[in-house]
Amino acid sequence: MKILVGIKRVIDYNVRVQVNRDGSGVVKEGVKMSINPFDEIAVEEALRMKERGDANEVVVVSIGPEAAQQQLRTALAMGADRAVLYQSDEEVQPLAAARALLAVVEAEDPGLVLLGKQAIDDDSNQVGQMLAALWNRPQATFVSALEFTDGVAKATREVDAGLENIEVELPAVVTVDLRLNEPRFVKMPDIMKAKRKPLEIKPFAELGVEMPVQLETTLHEPPPKRQGGVKVDSVQALVEALKNKGVLS
Amino acid sequence: MSSVLLIADHDGKSLNTGIARSVACARQLGTVHVAVFHAPDADAPCAAAARLDGVSRVLSVSNPVNGTPLAAVLAPQIARLAAEHEGGYDYVLAPSTTFGKDVLPRVAALMGVPQVSDLMEVIDARTFKRPIYAGNVITTVKVPEGIPVLATVRIASFQAVGDGEDAPIVAAQAEVELPDHTRYLGLVDTGGSDRPDLQSAPVVVAGGRGVGSEENFQVIFKLADKLGAAVGASRAAVDAGYVPNEMQVGQTGKIIAPDLYFAIGISGAIQHMTGIKDAGCIVAINKDGDAPIFEVADYGLVGDLFTLLPELEKALDD
Repeated sequence: MKILVGIKRVIDYNVRVQVNRDGSGVVKEGVKMSINPFDEIAVEEALRMKERGDANEVVVVSIGPEAAQQQLRTALAMGADRAVLYQSDEEVQPLAAARALLAVVEAEDPGLVLLGKQAIDDDSNQVGQMLAALWNRPQATFVSALEFTDGVAKATREVDAGLENIEVELPAVVTVDLRLNEPRFVKMPDIMKAKRKPLEIKPFAELGVEMPVQLETTLHEPPPKRQGGVKVDSVQALVEALKNKGVLS
Repeated sequence: MSSVLLIADHDGKSLNTGIARSVACARQLGTVHVAVFHAPDADAPCAAAARLDGVSRVLSVSNPVNGTPLAAVLAPQIARLAAEHEGGYDYVLAPSTTFGKDVLPRVAALMGVPQVSDLMEVIDARTFKRPIYAGNVITTVKVPEGIPVLATVRIASFQAVGDGEDAPIVAAQAEVELPDHTRYLGLVDTGGSDRPDLQSAPVVVAGGRGVGSEENFQVIFKLADKLGAAVGASRAAVDAGYVPNEMQVGQTGKIIAPDLYFAIGISGAIQHMTGIKDAGCIVAINKDGDAPIFEVADYGLVGDLFTLLPELEKALDD
């Protein structure tokens, strides 16, 4: 089975994101960029499936600027077999991304598409569900455990009520949550080896996506700052303060 | 007047508490119809939705296949209802619960329109605020004219509506071919408790890595029970296996807005703060006086939680 994994280049998890001066976006100059952490978990899961014999090829695909090939190289160094970047310098919102991935799916014919449950930049949490709808195939979102038997995947999903199991026929779209696995560290020899693995860069336009209506973002602003309070020096002082404030009877 | 279709999240017995909050958002936009997709023998959530103030009609969509919350089965029905019922709705909303997040993008793709995720404030009929970067940036987004507005509602941003006059419950059908490629197997028993629901409880006591172990977490449960509070946890505590995942509060867990929140042994990573910034009053107890949680806490107490919590319980008795 071939697995297609989608990855997105985003500002690194540890960066404290700042709004730029005119509110048109966030500061990206000189900021560390990484694979979206959820997508990295998707790559790891695909590699583990290949190592266990549930899959024989792992293809990583990204939509984004030319620099996103750095993140694809990282995925290749982790162990993916080949990579494709559909280069776009414009913002590609979730529905357009899902349509683009559908075109990739039609060309690649994977048995499984693995994606992160959300990107930590726009926090939309939409692309996997949208791709599954357009492809008319099952979706298993927020997945923290995954097993395969005879063309069927059993997925454990992290839902508000706890954990839920569903069964989906393949091919399917699975979006992964944090506790599915811990991605491996990339070693120097793997980085060298990854340089020889195939990475194609194609124009986004080549996918022939009919561009949907996109949302217009008119302003970025920092959130209202929560006023820090006071430190109290004892349990008695705390209880008294909470009673005075009326939050404790 | 615009029309709003709000998709109910429920378990066949009761309505998710996020629906009363979502109605508060929906009624700012137009006349609110709540769609309840359910199995024939599980229509109690219809009556619960009909009672909510601001709901003018409940659409009861009864079908044996609607007994389990599968997006692949529900999305085509929602899309059909949204596009055709009463000439089509101007808005289709769902709460930003895991149910809403799972199903609504699938509806949006079927309808060929974008979705606004985590709508936190209505600016005007087509302009909304929503958080990005784990809530570190708030964006204002506009949905272009000529298409229905689809959005998940960030429930912590809205106060629940109360009860009003009972709205009529009307049977509705969404005739559409449904797939059978997805099967619901059931919830895994994670030893859930009788404690109040984390997303609606007025008081929440949460523990973090500082609590140290699954056994030690009993001190958190004890304080919560004393206060009649729900129990939450940081991602670190869940990852370490102290408590099950449904207790996680933060960017990838639950976003909550209790009146009173106790953060105990929680350092306060940005991703955790995202989940609690709408709390009325935050109390932090941590042995590290420099922990970032103290920057946002209304009241901070520095010290050993294993000494302070028993003291606190005792003080609450006095």
